[in-house]
Amino acid sequence: MLKYTLRRIVSGTLVLGIVSAIVFSIFYILPSDPARLACGKSCTPDLVARIQVALELDQSLPVQYGRFIKGIFVGRTYLANTDAARECGAPCLGYSYQTDQPVTLLLMDRLPATLSIAVGASILWLLIGLSSGILSALRRGTWIDRTSQGFALAAASLQIYFVGLILQFIFVDKLAWLPMPGYTSPFDYPLDWAKQMVLPWVTLAFLLSAIYSRLTRSGMIETMGEDFVRTARAKGLSSRDINIKHVLRAAMTPIVTVFGLDLGSLLGGAVITEYVFNIPGLGKLATEAVTNLDLPVVTGTVLFAAFFIITANIVVDLLYSVLDPKVRLS
Amino acid sequence: MSAFLEVKNLSVVFPTDDGRVQAVDSLSFSVEKGKTLGIVGESGSGKSVTSLAILGLQKGTRAEVTGEIWVDGKEIVSATESEVRKLRGKAMSMIFQDALAALHPYYTVGHQIAEAYLVHNNVSKKQAFARAIEMLDRVGIPEPQKRVNDYPHQFSGGMRQRAMIAMALSCNPSLLIADEPTTALDVTVQAQILELLRDLQKEFGTAIILITHDLGVVAETADDILLMYAGKQIEYGTVRDVLQVPQHPYAWGLLTSIPRLTGDPNLPLTAIQGAPPSMISVPSGCAFHPRCNYVEKADVCATRVPELVAIESGKSHSVRCHMDSELRQRIFSTQVKPQL
Repeated sequence: MLKYTLRRIVSGTLVLGIVSAIVFSIFYILPSDPARLACGKSCTPDLVARIQVALELDQSLPVQYGRFIKGIFVGRTYLANTDAARECGAPCLGYSYQTDQPVTLLLMDRLPATLSIAVGASILWLLIGLSSGILSALRRGTWIDRTSQGFALAAASLQIYFVGLILQFIFVDKLAWLPMPGYTSPFDYPLDWAKQMVLPWVTLAFLLSAIYSRLTRSGMIETMGEDFVRTARAKGLSSRDINIKHVLRAAMTPIVTVFGLDLGSLLGGAVITEYVFNIPGLGKLATEAVTNLDLPVVTGTVLFAAFFIITANIVVDLLYSVLDPKVRLS
Repeated sequence: MSAFLEVKNLSVVFPTDDGRVQAVDSLSFSVEKGKTLGIVGESGSGKSVTSLAILGLQKGTRAEVTGEIWVDGKEIVSATESEVRKLRGKAMSMIFQDALAALHPYYTVGHQIAEAYLVHNNVSKKQAFARAIEMLDRVGIPEPQKRVNDYPHQFSGGMRQRAMIAMALSCNPSLLIADEPTTALDVTVQAQILELLRDLQKEFGTAIILITHDLGVVAETADDILLMYAGKQIEYGTVRDVLQVPQHPYAWGLLTSIPRLTGDPNLPLTAIQGAPPSMISVPSGCAFHPRCNYVEKADVCATRVPELVAIESGKSHSVRCHMDSELRQRIFSTQVKPQL
C-alpha cells in the first residue's frame, strides 16, 4: 500500500513536470514578446531590453525552464550578483507582468474563494444528488422517481450562467434576500460570507446534483439485479439492510471516482461560476491572466489546477483500493 | 405426518412485453426431512423459478405466483414479505449456482456468514463471527481462523461453494435448496461438494432440493426425482422408479443420450432431436410433442395438455403423457431398455 502510494506520487509529479514544460514552452514560443508585455504603455526599446534582462528572457529556453523548476522547489534569485538582485522564495512561480506581484502570492490570495465555492457546493450536491438518486432507485417507476429524474434531466441540461443569473435576479434584485454576490473572508464576517456563497453553491449543486442523482440511481438499479443481492435476500436480511449495506455499498465506488475528479477540477477554478457571481477565485484569475497574456500567472494557474486534478486522481485511486478489496490486494 | 415442504399446484407467470410467460405450471411435490428431491430439466424449464418461489423471493416483483407452498406448516404464497423473511435463512435457505457472483465482492467471507447468523439469532457480532469460523471449519475450509477474513475472490471455486454452503447452513435450516451447486466446479470438487451435502444432511436431518441438469448427480444423491419440461412436471417419482423404469419419452431421451463406457465407442451418441422451446411460445398441447419420437395420436398430442397420472395406484410415480400405459411399457421394454 505504501509502495503503491509512493509510486503514484512519483508518477503524479512526473505528469506535473510534463504539464509545466508544455505550458512553459507554449507561452514562450508564442509570437508575443513577454518583455514587451511587461513593459506597459510608456515603453521604449531601451526599457524592453532592460526588462528582458530583468526577467532573464535573454537566456535560452531550457535554461529558463530549468530556473523556473528550480524556483518552485528551492526558490530563485533574479539578476543574481547585481545590485538589482531580487529574491523569490520557494515555491517561486515568477512575477505577474501586470502587477509585479509574486504569482504564488496571487494564487494563495485567490484560493480561499475557490475553496469556499468548491467545498460548499460539493457537500450540497452530494446531499441532494445521492438522496434523490437513492429515493428514485428504491421507488423506481413511481411518480417520485419520474419527478426527480425529470428534474435531474432538466437541471443537467441547464447552464451555470443561465441558472446563476436567474437566481441572482430573483434573490438579489427582486426579493433582496441576499447581498450582492462577491467574496468576504469567512474568518472576518462568517455570516456575510455564507450569504454571498449561497447562490454559487446552489447554482453549482443544481447542475451537478442532477448528474449524481442519475449516477446513483442507475448504479443502484444495476446492483439490485446482482446475484449477491439475491443472496442477501435469501439470508433473510431486511430490505433496509440490503439496500444500504449491499446495494449502496457496491454502487458507491463509481460515485466516489467521479466525485474526486469533479472536486479536483473545481478546485483548479470554477471559471464560469466565479465570473457569474463576481468571485475573485482561481478561475477568474486564470481567465484574466489569459486575456492580458500575463504569462507567469497563466503558467501558475494551469500548474495549480493540474496539481489539484492529479492529487484528486491519486486520492481517488487510493480510496478505490480501500473501497474495493480486489484492487487492494492486486 | 405431512411432509416438511409441500408444494401444491404452484404456477409462476411473468408478464413481459412479449406476452405472459408461464415459467412454472401447476407443479406439485413434497420433500420430507432428511430426504433429497432432485429437480431435473433443461435450462429455462422452470427449475430455478420454482426454488425462488419457495423462498418467496418473487414477492415485490411483477411475477404472479399462485398455488400453495407449505414450509413447516406455514404457507408462503399468501404470506407477507416480512413473514417469509423470518423463514428465509432460518427455516429454509439456498445455495446458488455461481458462488462468485452470489457472494458480495466487498465483504469478507466471514462477515457474510456472520451476517446470515446475526439476522436470526440474538447474539453479539463476536459470537456470530465465531459461528462463521465454526461453519467454515465444518465445511472443510483449512485454517478457518485465517480464511474467515478473506474476500470471496481470494477463495478457489470449490472453497467459495463451501463458503456458500456454510452460510446457508449457519442457522441450521430444515430445508436447503441447492441450485446447481456443482455446475461451475470441476468433477473432483463436484464430488467433494456433493459428499459434503450428504454428510451435513445426515448430521442435521435437512431436507434438500437439488436442482441440476446432471442425471448422474441425481442418481447418486437424490431420493426422489422431479423431471421438468417447459415449466411443467412431466415425470415424478422415486429415483429407483424414474431411472429404472422411466415412463416419459423425454426421460427416455435423456437416459439414452448418456454415453456408456461399455458401449461401442464408434457409435454416434444419441440425442433428443430439436431444441428446448422458447418460453414465450410454448408448443400447444404436450410441450414436448414436436421433439417426441413416439407421437401416436398426433392431433391429441398437439392440442391437449396431458394430465399427470399415477403409473400404479398407491405409488408416487406419475407421468404426463398421452400414450396409454400398455403401449408405453412395450416401447420401453423393446426399444429403450436395451439401450440403457
